[in-house]
Amino acid sequence: MFSYCSDPHTLEGARWLSCYLTTGKQMAFYASFATVLALLLVTAPVALLFGFGGAMAARSHFLPLRWFGRGYSAIVRGVPDIAFFLFFVIALDQGLEYIRHKIKCPDWDQPIRQGNDFVVCPQAKLPLSSSPQWVHEVYGFSLAVVTFAIVFGAFAANVLYGAMRAVPRAQIETAEAYGMTRRQTFWRILVPQMWIYALPGLSNLWMILIKATPLLFLLGIEDIVYWARELGGMKTSAFAYPHPDWRLWYFLALMVFYLTLTRVSEVFLGRLAARLTHGQATIGGERLRTAAR
Amino acid sequence: MKKLILAAAVFAVSTGIAGAQTIRMGTEGAYPPYNFVNDNGEVDGFERELGDELCKRAGLTCEWVTNEWDSIIPNLVSGNYDTIMAGMSITPERDQVIDFTQEYIPGSPSAYVALSDNVDLKGGVITAQTSTIQASYVADSGATLVEFATADETIAAVRNGEADAVLADKDFLAPIVAESNGELKFVGDDVIIGGGVGMGLRESDSELKAKFNEAISSVKADGTLNAMIKKWFGDDAATF
Repeated sequence: MFSYCSDPHTLEGARWLSCYLTTGKQMAFYASFATVLALLLVTAPVALLFGFGGAMAARSHFLPLRWFGRGYSAIVRGVPDIAFFLFFVIALDQGLEYIRHKIKCPDWDQPIRQGNDFVVCPQAKLPLSSSPQWVHEVYGFSLAVVTFAIVFGAFAANVLYGAMRAVPRAQIETAEAYGMTRRQTFWRILVPQMWIYALPGLSNLWMILIKATPLLFLLGIEDIVYWARELGGMKTSAFAYPHPDWRLWYFLALMVFYLTLTRVSEVFLGRLAARLTHGQATIGGERLRTAAR
Repeated sequence: MKKLILAAAVFAVSTGIAGAQTIRMGTEGAYPPYNFVNDNGEVDGFERELGDELCKRAGLTCEWVTNEWDSIIPNLVSGNYDTIMAGMSITPERDQVIDFTQEYIPGSPSAYVALSDNVDLKGGVITAQTSTIQASYVADSGATLVEFATADETIAAVRNGEADAVLADKDFLAPIVAESNGELKFVGDDVIIGGGVGMGLRESDSELKAKFNEAISSVKADGTLNAMIKKWFGDDAATF
């Protein structure tokens, strides 16, 4: 990066460190922080959407849909995350390739399963093996978002289902007295009021999601924990910047990052809770009302 | 006859595709000097240099990807990449799941490294990387095996006393011992486990295997391979 970095072996002290901290590999480490943040910001709303859908399905009056909603949160919550990440992602990837194979190569005469091998025609590969590495990375990232969303959506479904049932019956009864339909009651009365009951559960999920991002490495995405381990490991002189085992320092940096992230989240969630409490038929809402008087 | 023409047509089409295709080369990227991720964040090492040469001679476009050692075979089999060049010894167990080309590193010794000379190699706590030939050797030797996901962590375990000694490829350990300022040393005798190192491919990929076998024969014949082995593993390394 700097002009004096061309021959690292001659450098010492702060200059050596400044060169070391700006190598391509370190840059990849810094970039992986953005990957993790992006994953969190994309996954959280998608998971919430899955959860909302799941909770709505679980409340449905249509029996198969109710079974689907209840089954979704029961099954996914029961499967260990790591098993889900190993099995489901491979199944999803192979399923997509299988469908593309059937569409794009109708006259392929070889079997897809050959012993242990999963072989589809080259045009059906997802992504194509000729596509550049970033396409593979984006694909892996999308798979990660979908998988995280399904897993955390199942938990969110249960939280939201509980929150929907926690809205006081009197509120619903009033809506009915005004002649609102079931749909109107749901969207105008139930949904706006349920968030305050859902928030503690959802904020737990968010905190767990923050810490679950190292599972990304199972999907081949190089996240911050991967890079911290890789960069922190002892380096012999096969590398331009040899150093002893520095994993402690790298993991300390990660700890600072994660603690900062949870602190920022706590502050944000605290404000959100205050805002949602406003005008609610809860103790918190009552307290806000009397304080304002 | 009709079938023959059809078969020939299919073959022509499939080779045509294979020519335009990019071969994705899978490696671990954490086992210097065999393969590692260098300071620019690129795959480097003996296998990178050899692999690029093999691709050039076979007329293939190649791209390198890294994958955790533990899941390197499942990801090959499910098609995430097309080859494995990761210092992987050819063993009968692995050969049942994937195919190997001919060896590109001759069978090389493994060695024990410890902090002191008086270590009980047959009954102590010995560490090795997960799913390696060294790990199964330790498990059979009567010692207590402690496994780690990366080779780097096995060295760290010996340094902090979690394990008495580490068993790994001598070529991997030699630079670490040399640069430890006498802290680490080789103990006991070298052990020969398993055969040479070969490139792993899917069993259904016999065409690609033939291409790489031919390329390996060619680098062996003109001495390029021996020169590369000496460059990365030192002048004492076993050559062809």
